[in-house]
Amino acid sequence: MSITVEEKKVLLSVNQLKQYFPIKGGIFGRTVNHVKAVDDISFDIYQGETLSIVGESGCGKSTTGRAILRLDEPTSGTIQFQEKDLLSLSKKEMRKVRKDLQVIFQDPFASLNPRQTVEQILNEALAIQNVVPKENRKHRIEELLGHVGLRPESMERYPHEFSGGQRQRIGIARALAVEPKLIICDEAVSALDVSIQAQVLNLLKSLQRQFNLTFLFISHDLGVVRHISDRVMVMYLGKVVEIADKKSIFEQPQHPYTRALLSAIPVPNPVQKRERIILTGDVPSPIDPPGGCRFHTRCPFAIDICKSQAPELKISAQNHQVACHIVS
Amino acid sequence: MLLFIIRRILQTIPVLLGVSLVVFLIMQMVPGDPATLLAGEGATKQTIEMVRHELGLDRPIIYQYFDYVFHAIQGDFGESLRNNRPVLDEIMIRLPITLQLALASILITVVLGMIAGIISATKQYSMADISIMIIALLGISLPSFWFGLMLIYFFSVNLHIFPVAGWGTIQHMILPAITLGAGGAAIVARMTRSSMLEVVRQDYIRTARAKGLKEHIIIYKHGLKNALIPVITVVGLQFGALLGGTVLTESVFAINGLGRLIVDAIRTRDLPMVQGGVLIASVIFVFMNLAVDVLYRYFNKRIDLN
Amino acid sequence: MKQVNENILEVKDLETYFFTDEGTSKAVNKVSFSLKKGETLGIVGESGSGKSITSLSLLRLIPSPPGKIVGGNIYFKGEDLLSKTDKQMRSIRGNEISMIFQEPMTSLNPVYSVGEQIAEVIRLHQNLGKKEAWQKAIDMLKLVGIPSPEKRAKQEPHELSGGMRQRVMIAMALACHPEVLIADEPTTALDVTIQAQILELIKNLQKEFGTAVILITHDLGVVYESCDRVAVMYAGKIVEYTTAKELFENPKHPYTIGLLNSLPRLDMDQEELTTIPGTVPSPYNMPKGCSFAPRCAFAKKICEEIVPDLQHIDQSTQVSCWKHTVQWDREFVLHEKVGVE
Repeated sequence: MSITVEEKKVLLSVNQLKQYFPIKGGIFGRTVNHVKAVDDISFDIYQGETLSIVGESGCGKSTTGRAILRLDEPTSGTIQFQEKDLLSLSKKEMRKVRKDLQVIFQDPFASLNPRQTVEQILNEALAIQNVVPKENRKHRIEELLGHVGLRPESMERYPHEFSGGQRQRIGIARALAVEPKLIICDEAVSALDVSIQAQVLNLLKSLQRQFNLTFLFISHDLGVVRHISDRVMVMYLGKVVEIADKKSIFEQPQHPYTRALLSAIPVPNPVQKRERIILTGDVPSPIDPPGGCRFHTRCPFAIDICKSQAPELKISAQNHQVACHIVS
Repeated sequence: MLLFIIRRILQTIPVLLGVSLVVFLIMQMVPGDPATLLAGEGATKQTIEMVRHELGLDRPIIYQYFDYVFHAIQGDFGESLRNNRPVLDEIMIRLPITLQLALASILITVVLGMIAGIISATKQYSMADISIMIIALLGISLPSFWFGLMLIYFFSVNLHIFPVAGWGTIQHMILPAITLGAGGAAIVARMTRSSMLEVVRQDYIRTARAKGLKEHIIIYKHGLKNALIPVITVVGLQFGALLGGTVLTESVFAINGLGRLIVDAIRTRDLPMVQGGVLIASVIFVFMNLAVDVLYRYFNKRIDLN
Repeated sequence: MKQVNENILEVKDLETYFFTDEGTSKAVNKVSFSLKKGETLGIVGESGSGKSITSLSLLRLIPSPPGKIVGGNIYFKGEDLLSKTDKQMRSIRGNEISMIFQEPMTSLNPVYSVGEQIAEVIRLHQNLGKKEAWQKAIDMLKLVGIPSPEKRAKQEPHELSGGMRQRVMIAMALACHPEVLIADEPTTALDVTIQAQILELIKNLQKEFGTAVILITHDLGVVYESCDRVAVMYAGKIVEYTTAKELFENPKHPYTIGLLNSLPRLDMDQEELTTIPGTVPSPYNMPKGCSFAPRCAFAKKICEEIVPDLQHIDQSTQVSCWKHTVQWDREFVLHEKVGVE
């Protein structure tokens, strides 16, 4: 799914987003430090595309998704969506915006209320945003279930009667119900078996075409990301290290971390094998991230400036930005 | 850890102030005027006012309260309206007895409860398990004073194994401790059972088996220490119920302890005695909770009790 | 019956069933494979395939009730583990055959230090005193690449990262130099870069100690990089059993082919991922005949009637699939001969 330059319209724009979580300590429980989960990132999501955020645990990708949805209140920054700054909206106004901003979660077991039937789950979504008058809701629910490949009889059953893959489909139906513009998929296929994962990814792709959806796809699995994305953003310890077109990132990765990440993936094919860059040590703590470039403590190519100065995201090729002193 | 203890001790100060305020206010609201009681029958209004003035009961309430707290901190809880002896002294005579009873009861609660719980959990669904759980259910449901009376009837009156009442020797302690500790033991047994059942399903137990350890080492070394964590909380909560329970048990067994003292004081509107007794009991309770929190933290350093 | 050959482990027709209210689940349904000294065998499958239950069965760690090993033999160094006493099994576990698990977060006891947990297994099997066992535990921590091992040994699991905890598990498992290491999804819960470190570590230690490894995983990439031979499991049975190279270059069983095809590729774009239609059958309600038949594009009548056995189709490859039998194109002849049960 490619977008030509003229069609590129920004749907959501994140600017200087920070999400710091306070840590309390001392005798009186004062805030002694912060977990800097997301530390000043900016990026755009274009209409109709799938932008993926990749990174390992602690990089801040899920936190970013949650911040956009205001499931956790960001510490600072702006999020422009439909000509408004989401972070300046009141709860009431935000509720209206949520019609266009939906989410699919990772755990198909935990994200559905076990005490509600599928019909009740979907009905609630429709009722909250009032997209469809009461009389038409049942019909709409049947329609939605059809879109995600579930039979209409599923309505009457409870989540525990479905498999993991089917539950994810229910989650997708729920997100689709209110006719959103942007859907955030937070590790939406990570808990599924490979063969089920393939089914759900195909479904997401076809729904995107059908309903002109925009996806922000958060994942740690680069294989899945390659399949579903138009553009990819790589995060490390709360910062964006590289953002580019899918093809660019996979064929010409520039940031040392991206290259190590890609090389670390075990691949069942002698042709695809890359030379492995094995990183030493563990990911540093986001409470006290390394100074300068956050990756310098594990980077096989670090030079002096990397220790003292944090690199900025700069354009290094067409549709390709990297934050690295060595590359620029 | 030290920081945590200091913080918790600081937190007890507002709690204790709150308790003293509540105790003070409740006694103000209870019908019955201590001045009238003390002045005696047929006293004139003047006499009553004089008594009231002497007791300092005619001053503004807030003044009375702060005066009280000021003295209490120094250990002066006033004098009993019944016999004019210092409240603190009366309490101190009886406090050790109650503490001994409480300790003996906790011992029964913890030891009996844990053993029963472990047996139940390791032999889940067996006859032993089912009978223990039924007995536990009875233990929670039976009123303690009735239970105490039944124990006296069977073991003291009929079988003459234990003395009927009083305090002083180990034999005196056994029946009251059982009476007071049984309810707690039942709760601890159920708690231990469910906690052990949960622990036994954990991944680290599977790892311990995969190492080739003997089953009883797995249960007692690897399992128990983890299972005890929620049990400690329950025991801590039980201590509060225990303090309350001493009132009934001491009455049934005619033990001269703090509980009985407070009950008698309430009946005779002996205001300073009630305040002093309840306040001391509260202080003990608050520090017991603190001890439980510290113990809990020691066993489970991952918990952030901020 | 003692068997003398170079196979350190030989599993024959292993059957592990689970007896529950919903019925009997044949979690491991006549599984056979072998493991040579120093070799790495991969057991691959998706959830419900029976791969984890197989590995737990080897050490007889199946929770019983509701599970039970109902049939088969597990020959370890020639002796059948299923006929050993509890005491004998305990002296094998952690000592001659060790196991590491998937979730390093929860597989270590949270209230004891990691050093103590390693020293414990050393004291148990090697008759060393407290001090010597502790020193050995520190040596093992160093061996698995944990920096400042003396300091770390005194720490509790929650003070270490996921990758480090898994290293501790490996140290604990290899402390007594076992001849077989069973690794049940050891890297699934870890980040990709840490995964690479851990797999590298297992490989190096394997070389150093000559340990044979059974690696259980759902990740075909991991299998390709780390395993000599592979057994693919589906619904409690092995459907394909061959060398790693052969499996990826020339997969035979339709399930294996389907699985490989549904992997999103890192080197090229695909419009749509090929999927395997349908879902895994319920273990309480297995189809008659080949359990993969309902989803197989090639299924013929015989597939639905008779369960295929694991058969050699060349020296190193075994498949359980009628398609790979000589009689496939002469199906009706086979029907007459074999008869329909």
